[in-house]
Formats: sequence, C-alpha cells, structure tokens
Amino acid sequence: MNNSVANTARLLGAGLRALLVLTLVTGVIYPLAVTGVAQALFRDKANGSEIRADGKVVGSSLIGQQGYSLDYFQPRPANGLGANSVNTQYKLILSGATNLSADSDKLVRSVEEARAKVVEDNSTPGHKVKPSQVPADAVTSSGSGLDPDISPDYADLQVHRVAERNGLTADRVQKLVDDHTEGRTLGFIGEPRVNVLELNIALKELLASR
Amino acid sequence: MGPVLAGVLQMLALMAALALAYVPLGDHMARVYSSGRHWRVEKWIYRGIGADPDTEMRWPAYLRGVLAFSAAGVLFLYLLQRLQGVLPLSLGFRSIDPDQAFNTAVSFVTNTNWQSYYGEQAMGHVVQTAGLAVQNFVSAAVGIAVAVALVRGFARSRTGELGNFWADMVRGVTRILLPGAFLAAIVLVACGVIQNFSGIHEVGQFVGGSQQWNGGAVASQEAVKELGTNGGGYFNANSAHPFENPTPFTNLFEIFLLLVIPFSLTRTFGVMVGSVRQGYAILAAMATIWVGFVALMMWTEFAHHGPALQLAGGAYEGKEVRFGVGASSIFAVSTTLTSTGAVDSFHSSFTGLGGGITLLGMMLGEIAPGGTGSGLYGMLVMAVIAVFIAGLMVGRTPEYLGKKIGTREIKLAACYILVTPALVLVLTACATALPTPAHSMANTGAHGFSEILYAYTSAANNNGSAFAGLNANTQWFNTTLGLAMVLGRFLPMVFVLALAGSLAGQRPVPVTAGTLRTEKPLFTGLLVGAILIITGLTYFPALALGPLAEGLAA
Repeated sequence: MNNSVANTARLLGAGLRALLVLTLVTGVIYPLAVTGVAQALFRDKANGSEIRADGKVVGSSLIGQQGYSLDYFQPRPANGLGANSVNTQYKLILSGATNLSADSDKLVRSVEEARAKVVEDNSTPGHKVKPSQVPADAVTSSGSGLDPDISPDYADLQVHRVAERNGLTADRVQKLVDDHTEGRTLGFIGEPRVNVLELNIALKELLASR
Repeated sequence: MGPVLAGVLQMLALMAALALAYVPLGDHMARVYSSGRHWRVEKWIYRGIGADPDTEMRWPAYLRGVLAFSAAGVLFLYLLQRLQGVLPLSLGFRSIDPDQAFNTAVSFVTNTNWQSYYGEQAMGHVVQTAGLAVQNFVSAAVGIAVAVALVRGFARSRTGELGNFWADMVRGVTRILLPGAFLAAIVLVACGVIQNFSGIHEVGQFVGGSQQWNGGAVASQEAVKELGTNGGGYFNANSAHPFENPTPFTNLFEIFLLLVIPFSLTRTFGVMVGSVRQGYAILAAMATIWVGFVALMMWTEFAHHGPALQLAGGAYEGKEVRFGVGASSIFAVSTTLTSTGAVDSFHSSFTGLGGGITLLGMMLGEIAPGGTGSGLYGMLVMAVIAVFIAGLMVGRTPEYLGKKIGTREIKLAACYILVTPALVLVLTACATALPTPAHSMANTGAHGFSEILYAYTSAANNNGSAFAGLNANTQWFNTTLGLAMVLGRFLPMVFVLALAGSLAGQRPVPVTAGTLRTEKPLFTGLLVGAILIITGLTYFPALALGPLAEGLAA
C-alpha cells in the first residue's frame, strides 16, 4: 500500500516536472519567438491592422463598427455582441453570435424588423427599394458581431441613399463602392465583399475634397 | 461564378492541399516515432522529467504515464486560473471561480476546449499563453502518443511493449506540433491575425470616441489550436473573430491545419504496420464520410430551410460575409468530424438539418478523420468491430493486420464504443429531467433540447463546439460537462491501451485464402457501413427529438 502511494506520488512528480518543462518551451519561448518574428516582419498586422483617417486611428480594417449615421454605409446587424459582466474596471466588447435557431420566432421578428428598416432607410423619393431586393447579410447578425464586410449587393442597395444625403451623384457613389468591392481570393476562395470602414473613410475623404 | 461552385472549388483545393501533405507528413511522423535518436533539447527535457526515454513500457505503465501527466496538467491549469488575480501580466483580471476553473482545466487537458467563459473578459496573458496554449500542444501530443501505441500493438508481436510514453509525447511536441505551429503562426500573422502583448488598449473609432480592445498572443495560439485539433478560441467568437481568422484564405488555411495531422496519421499507421495500403483503406473510409458530410451540409445550408432563414433569403445568421455559406459549411463539418470544435460560424443558427449534421459528426466518435491521434485510434477500434462483424458473417475467427480478434479484444473494443454514448445519453436525460438545467436554454422546443444534447455530445467526444446559446456557466453544467470530458477522454484511452497490449502480445497469424483483405475497397465500404449503422442505432431516438424534428418541420 505504502509502496503504491509512493509510486503514484513519484509518477505525479514526473508528470508535473514534464508539464513545467514543456510550459517553458511551448508557453513561454514559443509565443515570445512568434511575437518577435511577427513584430519584426509584420508589425502593423501583428498589432491589429489599425487604419487612420486625418492622421487619427479610427479603428481596424478587420473589425466592423456600429453606430454610423445614415450619411454613411451601414454594416450588418450585430445582435450577438455583448458587454463584459466581470472585470468591469474595463468596458470590453464580447464578440459573439445570437445563436438563435432557424425556427426561432425571435429571429423571425428580428429579420422582419431589420428588413423593414433597410427598406425604409434606403428608399428615397426617386428610388424605391423593394423588400425582395434586401440581401440576407443585411438582415442577419454575423458570427462574431464584428464582421467588417457587407455583400456587394447590400452596398449597392445603399448607394442612392448615401448619394442623396451627401449631395453626390449615384454614379459617383457607385464607383466608390465598385472600387472597394473585393472579389473572391484567387477567384474562388470566400465570397465577394465590401469593407464598410474603408468605404466610409473613402467617402469621407471624397466629401472633404469637394 | 456562383457561391455553390466556389464552395465546391474550395473543397477541391483543400483536398489537393491535404493530398500534397499526406505522404511527406505521414512519413515524417512515422520516422519521429520509430527513430532511436534523441535531439539535444529532448535530452534536456527528459533530464528535467527524470525519465529514461529508452525504457520500453507495457500498457499499464504507458497508461500510468498518460494519466499522471494529464492529472498534473489539470492541477496546474486549475491553480493557474484560481490564482490569476495575483499573477503578474494578467491585466488585473480576477481569479476564475472554482467550478468554471475545474471545467476549463479539464476541458483543455482533454483536448476538448469547451469554453464556458468569455476569453475577452476572463483570461489574462499568463493563463492564455502559459496555461491554455500549453495544453493545446501537450493534449494533442498525448493523443498522438496513444494512437502510436495502438499502432505498435498491431505492428509488434510476442511482446507486451508499446514504447515509451514520455519519449512519444515529447517528440510529438518538439518534432511535429512545435515546428508546424510556428510556421502556421507566421503565415497567420502575415494575413492579419494579431500577435502582441498590448493587453487592453484604447482604439479610436470612426464615429468618434474610442473602444477598449483586447490585444494578445493570438496567432501563436490560433496555429496550435487548429493543428492540434483543440479549438479553444482566444476570443469568444472563436474563428469567426476577424483577429483570429481575418480573410477567406486564413479560413481555408485553418481548415487545412485542423485536418492535416489526423488524415496524415493514416499514412504513419500504414508505414508502421508495413503496408501503406492498409493506411489508404482507413484514409478512404475517413475521406468518404468527410466528403459526404460536407456535401450534405452544403446542400442544406444553401437551401436554407427554416422560417427565419427563408425570410432572410439565405443562411447568413451567425456566418461572416468573407467566408460565405460554402466555406462555413466546410469548416463546420471539418471541426465536428475532428475533435477540434473551433467555429468560423455558429452552428446553433444553421438550418435544423445542418445543426444535426454537426451533431452526428461528433456522434460518429470523431473518427473521420478525428482528433490528433484520437481519430486514428477511434477508427482502428471501429475497424476491429467491422472485422468482427465480417467474421461473424462468414463464420471465421476474425483477424486484423495479422492479429486475432478474440474475446478479450472484442470486449475492449465494445467497451470503447459504449463509453461516449452512455455519457451523452444518460447526462442529457438527467439534464432534461431535472428542473433547473433547462433554464440555461436560449431557444425553446426541439432546438432547446438540441442545445443540451449538443453540449454533452461535444463534451463526451472532446469536441468543444457548442450550440452556444446555452448558458453553460452554471455549477450543474460546469461540473457534469467536466465529468463527461474526463471520462470521455480517459476511459477510451484505457481500453485502447489495453487492446494495444493484448495485440502486441500475440504471435502473428499467417495470411491465407480465407483472410479478409482489409486493404481492399470492400473493407472500406464495410467499415463505413459499420460506423454509420452503429452510430445511427445508438443516437437515432435522440436525434429525432432534436435536429430531425426541427429540420423536418422546416
């Protein structure tokens, strides 16, 4: 009995020592080495692909933002985003999805409301938007709540509104959208998309240069 | 080009990349576990452990090594979280509560990476890099070690010796996971995944003001999270978060990473048992199921059945625009057919049948291709069962790779396949019958039941993905899911190692005209059939109450 307890303790000791040695290798040296290479070769990207307008940081080209006025292009809904409930000395954004099911009444209502709002917001006196024109990404929340992109269809849908509110021609704004539409990588990877923050920065610059 | 065609082409590109890596990586891994030489750094590590890497172990000794190392891992990770409040470099985050710390420690040591916490608000730099990410390496290495021990059981004769656990585990880290993860991490950073220690910092916003964002060593963790089929995200949104998975390319690359070791291990198996064609037969069974599931998933997701998705005009709820429906379907199937559990889109908002496919993928036991190591040993156990069934049909003593599948072997294999269904079904029944666990459900009806079924399926099979509406941070779920993870990981390993010891002790049976040729397509078909029938019979009633009820109503 004493013998087996001693054996177990010896074995656990070996396990713990193994863990500590491997923690040094994979938990300290490895992340520091990756950080060293990353900061040396890809400093901007390793630090979050921050993007500037008028010399000021206005976010990251990878992270979608909420709260744009209707003068600007609107992002996707982000009903799954949360705020932190612990460590409240910080005001953190918790990424996430709604996790509502395809047969959820709540999701049905949220899609209906989002669609009605998209139709209302984007219908101008000279340009009526039909509910059937509203693409799926405009009325659904993304997985992260931080989706930086919208589909080209949703961007196109917003062209008339943005043009009218800013006193630009629809053709000019459409060209802006086309310039910021990114196709599939190598022609087949992922889906075509428009980065909302980059598009809005370009729009702001266009307005400022008038 | 339409999205369906683009999805199919991405699948083909992925298959081509995996095919290119198959022989070199599989052969490399076979050399790693057959080599008699130790690297200098490995010798230092063995000295630190105080173990002789050249001592051969019989199965009980090998198992004791696995259990002792894993127990030490749970203890260390638990303490690290409980002490976070006083650790430096932890952003001033407070310590994790006992039940959640237990759940998380067990989760990462068992290669599950179920997360009942939000990474952004709960875990500081030290716990993430020196705690969670370390287990991403070593839990994967333990899985491969156990698989290699089973392969040696088939390859060796008239000995009970299965190799040395410490040597196998350490080599998995130093020669496979560490170099692979380092390269992958650099690729990910080059595409935009962050890698810094800036903690929580202010970032200006377009509409004015600023927000507090998390920095962190994300790329280094993301790389091994996929390569070791772990799946625990730095951020709550996991691989849907743009800082973990910024572009369509990184998305495909991450799917590649989480599949490449499990698929290539079939080559390692073939080389080590002296017939690469045996490896191809196992590979073919894995690939058949994987491709079939992806096809089904794309079909149901592009068809977007379900009232909310029909209304929206596409299955975009919980999916990112840059990935789209096609790539998200490939990711969802790949992550649930391996033991990864990372997500680039949220399974709870998939179509009813799509959610069912992710569930069924895990219920198959995650063997197509499965987790690092656990996929191979799970599939080999199923092969033993398939050989046994074939033996019954023709009335001969079943054999596999020159070893007799006798009473002891089939008992061990049967125990193996009973563990996870027992855990899943019993615990799901308990949670559904008790009054309070149901309060955690975010959706009602069939989908609410699916949330609970998914949680236990994911935990017992060591997957880690979720129908994430379920609030799993309760004492009930933290504790029972923790137990499901421990038992679902280590009981099967006990049976696998006992089986390996039993096989290694046998003398080989010569091949005769009556031997079932297990390297032929006929056997691959038999194996796939056995897997689908056994899983189907086990889980059909539960699936009928959840995803099938939801999917067929749509």
